[in-house]
Amino acid sequence: MRHMTAGLSLAGALSLFATVALAQQAAQPLPPGSPLIGRPDNNAAAAKLAPVPSPPLATPADKVPVDQLSAPRGFHIELYASGMPNARSMALGAKGTVFVGSRLQDKVYAIVNKNGKREVKVLVSGLYRPNGVAFKDGTLYIAELSQISKIENVEDKLDASPKPTVIYSDLPKDEAHGWKYLAIGPDNKLYFEVGQPGNNVAHDKDHGQLRRMNLDGSGVEVIAYGIRNTVGFDWNPRNDELYFTDNGRDWLSEDLPNDKLNRVTKVGEDFGEPICHQGNIPDIEFGWGHTCSEFVPPVALMGPHAAALGMKFYTGGMFPSEYRDQIFVARHGSWNKTVKFGGDIAVVMLNRNGTVKSVEPFITGFLVNNNYIGRPVDVMNMPDGSMLISDDWNGAVYRVTYGSKKTAAR
Amino acid sequence: MRKSALTLATSLALGCLTALPAAAQSVQARPPVCLACHGQNGQSETPGVPSLGAQQAFYVTVQLLMFRERMRVVDPMNEMAKGLSDDDLSGFADAIAKLPAPKPADGPVDAARMERARALVEQNHCNVCHTPNFAGQQNVPRIADQREDYLVKALRGYKDNSRRGYDAAMADVVPQITDEQILDLAYYLARVK
Repeated sequence: MRHMTAGLSLAGALSLFATVALAQQAAQPLPPGSPLIGRPDNNAAAAKLAPVPSPPLATPADKVPVDQLSAPRGFHIELYASGMPNARSMALGAKGTVFVGSRLQDKVYAIVNKNGKREVKVLVSGLYRPNGVAFKDGTLYIAELSQISKIENVEDKLDASPKPTVIYSDLPKDEAHGWKYLAIGPDNKLYFEVGQPGNNVAHDKDHGQLRRMNLDGSGVEVIAYGIRNTVGFDWNPRNDELYFTDNGRDWLSEDLPNDKLNRVTKVGEDFGEPICHQGNIPDIEFGWGHTCSEFVPPVALMGPHAAALGMKFYTGGMFPSEYRDQIFVARHGSWNKTVKFGGDIAVVMLNRNGTVKSVEPFITGFLVNNNYIGRPVDVMNMPDGSMLISDDWNGAVYRVTYGSKKTAAR
Repeated sequence: MRKSALTLATSLALGCLTALPAAAQSVQARPPVCLACHGQNGQSETPGVPSLGAQQAFYVTVQLLMFRERMRVVDPMNEMAKGLSDDDLSGFADAIAKLPAPKPADGPVDAARMERARALVEQNHCNVCHTPNFAGQQNVPRIADQREDYLVKALRGYKDNSRRGYDAAMADVVPQITDEQILDLAYYLARVK
């Protein structure tokens, strides 16, 4: 009898195995890094979720919804410039030109200040996903999907359609998380990331890391590992420590994982992706045999699927003093979540030791009734203490000021 | 062999272009110009030129923008889109989206091949973004009953990177699709009911 039961359950197990094998045949395993990894089959709510496409055309100036944005009392938001489809990362020239990269267009724009009037020009066309821009000593640096280039004396060539000179191209060509943020550190080096080439995929030696190099493209080194996709970093003006945002994986759940704010305290640290998310969740695929304590935890959680992108320490003198040296982060907003999260500028308040005291929304209104009317990408300090915000949904840049209109107009 | 087919397609395309009124400027006047090549009633009869009927307006806007900005290089289209305003692009896209959907390709259907291709569609999850009836959504195009030769050309273009997408969606999926499978997928999609 006992023998027979065992025989039956063996048959049951075999038929179960056969069923599973059949099911696997029907739905082939997803290739590594597929955007669909982790997405449940036959779930109507999940089936409705997909990256939210930004309008391909810029919103005309009079239709940009700047009046629907709100900031704390005493702050004002105005339209600074428009007509730059897919406006992404920003950099400031020494003569006041604001350079704006794009990800889905092939252009870097220049917002030129001429006798108090602003004019938008296309500086360079024909680039491939030129998301990252940085400026130093007259030179504009541009990060495309798989190369970094420069234009010297760029502010003297704004009308001349200058051609960038490539300084570094030893980069993977992956589309997924291949676009780059670019910034120049207090050590006078260019910093950029090589993202994880897909949704949730193990990193090889060329991916999932932050690199830096000299301004001529030499001396490349990896300075941080275990990064999924950072699209924003900046240095604490009080001690030059590097902070960076990182976007968590898709399809884990509606509310997990959170995006992260990380702090680099020494070269070579590993921040855990894709093995550990948000400092305390081992991945359901890659986490086995690991513990999150092997990795550097984030200093702050930035919200589920929030797409925390560009960030800057506020170094100006116009905002109230409590904002000085605190971090402003553009949260582009989620797609992998039924009730969207983000679509705002958050302010991260720090303790004296560089840990995080609080994360609060600062400018809101980009998300209305679960639909985006704008999506912030990057923030930038201006010499007068105001702050610029780019919006790739409307192809616009906003200016945030504090105090009376008169003060703001300085 | 392939080269001569391409040459034929090119000369046909140029032929239908030269037959057109050169200076039809307004959105109202221009669609007939488009339809000379892309076909009346949304259905293209021109080799290598896609049917536009019921195409997603968002997708059409993106493609026209890419033609205007030369982010997608197809000579006749770059020429046609030159100088169009943003409003023109949206206007054309809206007009094109209202054309009737194309019909499945004529002729006998190889049922075994259709079955084989249907499995490929499932495996590659084409029906996720392009939707189960392949009508597309927003920036993802309608591919149901598109011309078979155009589907082959588009998929090959994505695979060899001669056609770069506005976003990376196709670049993510084509590496694991073989050329043989491209032919089957195009056969199926051109005939899907």
